[in-house]
Amino acid sequence: SSNQIVRLYSRFTRLDKNNRGVLTREDFLRIPELAINPLGDRIVHSFFLESQCETVNFKQFMSVLARFRPTKSKEIKNKLNTREEKLKFAFRMYDLDCDQKISRDELLAVLHMMVGDNISEEQLNSIADRTIAEADEDGDRMISFEEFKKVMERVDVEQKMSIRFLN
Amino acid sequence: MRVSATWHLSCVLLIVLHFHVSEQSTTAAITERSNEIPTPNPSTSNATNRTSTKKPIDNNDTELGTSIDSLHNNHTNFSSTTTKKPDTGHHSSTFELVKVHWEQVKSPLVFTIVVIVASLSKIAFHYSHFLSSKVPESCVLIVIGIIFGVILRFSNTSDKITLYTPHEFFLYLIPPIILESAFSLYDRTFVDNIGGVLLFAVWGTILNCFLIGLTLWGLFRAGAMEDIDFTFVQVLVFSALIVAVDPVAVLAVFQEVGVNNTLYFLVFGESLLNDGVTVVMYNVMQVFNGFETVTVGHCFLGVAKFCIVCVVATLIGIVCGLIASFLTKFTNSVKVVEPMIVFGFAYVSYLLSEMFQFSGIVSIIACGLVLVHYSFHNVTRKSKLAIKFISKVMANACEIIIFMFIGLVTVDQTHDWKTGFILWTTFLCIVYRFLVTYFLSYLVNRYASSRVRKISYMEMFMISYGGLRGAICFSLAALIDETAIPAKNLFVTTTLFVIFFTVFVQGGTIKWLTKKLRITLAETSKEMCINEELSNHMFDHMCAAIEEIVGYTTGQHHIKEKIYRIDDTIIRPRMLRNATSTGLDDISTYYEKLVMKEHYKNLQLSGAKLPRVKTEIRHLDSELALDQMVQDSSERGSTEDIREIDERREQAMQEEHRRHGGNHFEFFSSTRNSNRKRLYLD
Repeated sequence: SSNQIVRLYSRFTRLDKNNRGVLTREDFLRIPELAINPLGDRIVHSFFLESQCETVNFKQFMSVLARFRPTKSKEIKNKLNTREEKLKFAFRMYDLDCDQKISRDELLAVLHMMVGDNISEEQLNSIADRTIAEADEDGDRMISFEEFKKVMERVDVEQKMSIRFLN
Repeated sequence: MRVSATWHLSCVLLIVLHFHVSEQSTTAAITERSNEIPTPNPSTSNATNRTSTKKPIDNNDTELGTSIDSLHNNHTNFSSTTTKKPDTGHHSSTFELVKVHWEQVKSPLVFTIVVIVASLSKIAFHYSHFLSSKVPESCVLIVIGIIFGVILRFSNTSDKITLYTPHEFFLYLIPPIILESAFSLYDRTFVDNIGGVLLFAVWGTILNCFLIGLTLWGLFRAGAMEDIDFTFVQVLVFSALIVAVDPVAVLAVFQEVGVNNTLYFLVFGESLLNDGVTVVMYNVMQVFNGFETVTVGHCFLGVAKFCIVCVVATLIGIVCGLIASFLTKFTNSVKVVEPMIVFGFAYVSYLLSEMFQFSGIVSIIACGLVLVHYSFHNVTRKSKLAIKFISKVMANACEIIIFMFIGLVTVDQTHDWKTGFILWTTFLCIVYRFLVTYFLSYLVNRYASSRVRKISYMEMFMISYGGLRGAICFSLAALIDETAIPAKNLFVTTTLFVIFFTVFVQGGTIKWLTKKLRITLAETSKEMCINEELSNHMFDHMCAAIEEIVGYTTGQHHIKEKIYRIDDTIIRPRMLRNATSTGLDDISTYYEKLVMKEHYKNLQLSGAKLPRVKTEIRHLDSELALDQMVQDSSERGSTEDIREIDERREQAMQEEHRRHGGNHFEFFSSTRNSNRKRLYLD
């Protein structure tokens, strides 16, 4: 709705310290909470994937956020907001080098960030191995998007990845 | 002359004895539950001893409690003086080899027999598949209670057994049940859905209460019932207590059928919090009943009192839980003390709240949740198991006793049967529960649909149909002061009827209905999947980050993240003994459980006779399985064909290998060592 767009725009401008109409990485990282969040820089990175250059303008900002809207079963016309898109976004969280596959090292990196220092290396390794083994069907020791989708089919992605504010 | 002298002597003796004994009984009645008075009379001290072996606290006793107790004391006094007189007056001249001291053990013995019979009936119930598929357990218990009551009534000993004192009920029987429920309430699904649960519990109860009260009063005024002597406020007292839902049967059905988690916790949480709310409302209404006229100011005060009660009760619970957790930080070397601290503090929080007339139920729930969150990490594995199991046993025992008493009192009670009132009440209870549930569910679905999962129509039906009344409303009814509310007997009778109706009719048909309506069940093959857990966490972080970017600082993810962070950095290090140890993290604990379970499956198929480990994470407890394995392997003999075992083993091994290619054993050896170090700290 237009109300929310206005709000988002004001937030955008507040983030944009140099008033250039675009956001850079430093602007994002200036948000304090984001620094502590384990997935912080990956999320920031995903914004920049959209734009394919070093800055993010408002339209790209919005298009990334649109993925987090709660889905209503009636409107299918919003093609940025389907389950597929949400899953793709999640997939990109894992996949750092954007090769459309999650390798074991990428998985390890994510685990490391999320879990912190409490677990020993070998346990992390085992968890990563287990995760891959569970999802991997064609035996290539990497998780492709299709396999990811299959594993996630029991998870209620639409609900988990939605933020009511953006409704 | 001589005759008259001995006669005078014995008269004087009698009188002295009687005074002495009656003086004792009155003092016993006044300082009822304090054990400082050494009562040499064993049968009168029987009743007080039984209650004083538990924690003796001077409470505001109700008139009813003291009058019944003193009546009982006097009565047993009389019977005992007749039996005791020959003992104290003259020494018995015969030396009896075997003497039956019935009076000394009467009360505890009867109670224990009752509990044993109830346990036996539970066993029989579970063995008879016919009964257990049709009828919930509570029905059977009530029926047995009625049978007992009839037996006692016809053997004319009913006035000698301690009558049901609702005050004791609230002091002793309710806390274990609530504590055990609080322990099992601690779950991620509950926290996620807490908005919906609170909505149902608080607003649902209030709406129900007022609607029922107003309608009853309106019907009474309109002349649809017989002539009853009550006022509007008294009707409100009644409707406050009749709303207390006790979905034991529903939850049992849900567990058996395996409905999805959200629904289960919604119903469970609602019933628990609803009990607390009911008690508060009941108290407030009773206070109003004492006033001549109730002004608007009073109403506001009532609302304020309600809020204060709930908030302060929660605070008391949290504080007690925190203190207990802090103490368990140091009990590593004295493991026996740990259950004592845990239970002691939980009970203390209950009693403290009751002392100020706050809601003890709410504070014990809060205390239990805090305890699970912190102290369960501190206590050793054995203590944790012990605590969980003891609380389960106590809760079950108390439930049995309560239902038995319902049956007992049905036979004993002086009933006041007014058909119109009773039927209207039952009808309204059911109808309003349906209406309010549907209405609230509609609100939840409409306005909070991304916070709480949508509730389907079938689920709404189950929630409303599962609104059985139980023990709490009965005791609240029995607790009513007869002088303040003259219609008490009518209320008690009505409550009993409603309980019977809901338990037997609704409870009886609920299983059949579940099958008919095909409620969405939990996934049948609930395989533990590490991917899901991992992705759940990831989504949490992701959404929190997005919310932060957007500036939506009151988003639920954001708040949760903040709370977790405060928890991790500030509270946990203070509370937990080794806050940085392995295994605190969700992902790793989940993984360990997963691997342990598979390891047991492996072992089982390779020949060792292991118990089947349940697939639900909630129940998985590897230590327990380990102990049981040691036990069982010595008991069972292997009766199966070796060939069959080999075949199965081959199949399972192949499947396991496919699934995690060999790393399994490496991981297991490393975690086994770390587990051993962590678990066996003695």
